[in-house]
Amino acid sequence: MQDSLKSSSYQQLEQKSKYTNMFLRWFLYFILILFASYFIFPLYVMVVTSLKTMEEIRQGTLLSWPSGLNLESWAVAWGGRGYGAGDTFLRPYFWNSIKMVVPAVFFSTFIGAMTGYVLTKWRFKGDQWVFLFLLFGCFIPFQAILLPMARTLGVLGISNSVVGLVLVHTVYGIPFTTLFFRNYYISVPTELVKAARIDGAGFFKIFFKILLPISAPIIVVTVIWQFTQIWNDFLFGSTFSFGEAAPIQVALNNMVLSSTSVKEYNVDMASAIIAGIPTLIVYVLAGKYFIRGLTSGAVKG
Amino acid sequence: MKTLKIEELSKNFGSTEVLKKINLEIDEGNFLVLLGPSGCGKSTLLNIIAGLETINEGDVFIDDYNVSKVEPKDRNIAMVFQSYALYPSMNVRENMIFGLKQAKTSKEKIQEQLEKVSKFLQVDQLLERKPSQLSGGQRQRVAIGRALVREPRIFLFDEPLSNLDAKLRVEMRREIKKLHQQLKTTVVYVTHDQTEAMSLGTNIAIMNHGLIQQNDTPEKIYNKPSNTFVADFIGSPSMNLIKGILKENSGDLLFTVSGSNLEIPIKDYDFKDKSNLNNKEVYYGIRPEHIFFKKFNESDFEINLRADLSEYIGHEQIMTFDYANQEVLAKFPSTIKIDLGKQTKLYFDLTQASLFDAQTEERI
Repeated sequence: MQDSLKSSSYQQLEQKSKYTNMFLRWFLYFILILFASYFIFPLYVMVVTSLKTMEEIRQGTLLSWPSGLNLESWAVAWGGRGYGAGDTFLRPYFWNSIKMVVPAVFFSTFIGAMTGYVLTKWRFKGDQWVFLFLLFGCFIPFQAILLPMARTLGVLGISNSVVGLVLVHTVYGIPFTTLFFRNYYISVPTELVKAARIDGAGFFKIFFKILLPISAPIIVVTVIWQFTQIWNDFLFGSTFSFGEAAPIQVALNNMVLSSTSVKEYNVDMASAIIAGIPTLIVYVLAGKYFIRGLTSGAVKG
Repeated sequence: MKTLKIEELSKNFGSTEVLKKINLEIDEGNFLVLLGPSGCGKSTLLNIIAGLETINEGDVFIDDYNVSKVEPKDRNIAMVFQSYALYPSMNVRENMIFGLKQAKTSKEKIQEQLEKVSKFLQVDQLLERKPSQLSGGQRQRVAIGRALVREPRIFLFDEPLSNLDAKLRVEMRREIKKLHQQLKTTVVYVTHDQTEAMSLGTNIAIMNHGLIQQNDTPEKIYNKPSNTFVADFIGSPSMNLIKGILKENSGDLLFTVSGSNLEIPIKDYDFKDKSNLNNKEVYYGIRPEHIFFKKFNESDFEINLRADLSEYIGHEQIMTFDYANQEVLAKFPSTIKIDLGKQTKLYFDLTQASLFDAQTEERI
């Protein structure tokens, strides 16, 4: 009698917790979908608008579907309309940005790796001060170095050029890249360096043959960070370059803000997406390597 | 000619003196163990021998040649590290021949050395593997192999077994011993494990606070420790050090503790200096394994002490006795039954006793 009573009450409890669980699960999905749509919504509007004609934009709503795959605004954003003066389009500036970002990322990453290597494996007197001052560089706001940098570029004769921007971004990137590499190399046993020294390897050989081959994960992190920073930078680009030498973010700004006639929303949207695509590509490609680097366990000695 | 000679070596990091005027010599083919608690300077000394640390004062000679300012790679040494320090990006083969390649050795010679050593250490099946795919013991073997291929004058080992689990450690210890017996290369080996030191070394240098406390054969270290630090450091449980004074009584010498009528005769003790022994404050040192529960030798001295504590550890038990309010430990087979709190007859093996000056803590 008692037993059956007990078992029935257990069944009730079981039933109850099942409902509670189900409710919580659906609630969770609801919240997740809500947040996901919140983030996807702007992208949706951008893509849809870029595929519409101006006629459609004027007549439809923000959310309405385009009538078809209308890529004309993309072509205009990338290559212009083909008439002379006053026609701004992204293609030359896109290549400016590529020419700026590739060497700047390469040099800042390489120099950061070297500095991190020295600061952890070839310790010298006062090295923690050097590191401290380098760290300080991470906290200096962009605006603070505009004037001194402009003067420096002027003296070097590379103001308003891609080379100048490469220099600015490399220098400004070194504190961050050094921080990344130092923190990575500090976990690499110094005994590796000692063993290599006994084996007869010198400063550069140890760096290139022993440390760099195990640095893949941190190189990927640094490259993602630097690429995003430099590609998306507007302030340095607009301050130290103008006209032909400007990077894509400056050109995008000029295109969107300084059009004299009717606002072409479809072209603006296409341009903004084009300007954002490279960072997306880097994330997708390098992110995969990043996870691979983390899971391979190659670092453990 | 000494294979390795260290003269008046001093080293400090900033204001901390790590090594204070160290003198050390090793003959060809010997196995020297540097033993001491952590922070005693033993690893620094090894790094200095390797050339990985600079010297503040003094010199290091290898085969009578002053190598104090010679690069590590040119000192004709090889080193095995605690973390093995295998290059993670290279496979076993590349790891082992990296040093030879740096030294621009001919391809044929490299191949010959690699085959010889990898067969010898039984790692010839592992040559294509990465260090991350090896077990702890295999990594250790490869690390030793990397040292062996260079055919060095001196092997340096920096706590090579302390990353291994207990069972593997005993195995690898035997292998290192065998290796030394076969190759007869001079070895300097750093450890903080006294069993390792005792079983491997032909010589042990015990270090503390940057000084060599005693440099002797394992037997001498164990039987005739030169000061209370060595006496206390070696042996488990360590040597009993009973504080008391020496009394001269009609030509016979006795050890007594003030306020107690217990007396131990000192007979046939090899004093360094026989003068001024009367009323001298000393430590009477006797190892727990030299206190017996029945008379084994004719000369064993009978004494009655109260049993206070028994620690059972399987094959033996460690008993604590009260000697005039000082603890005395003894090691007995676990089959012996001794009642706690009662006076027990014990027998001291007087031939194994050590005496230390209570002030200087040096052996007298």
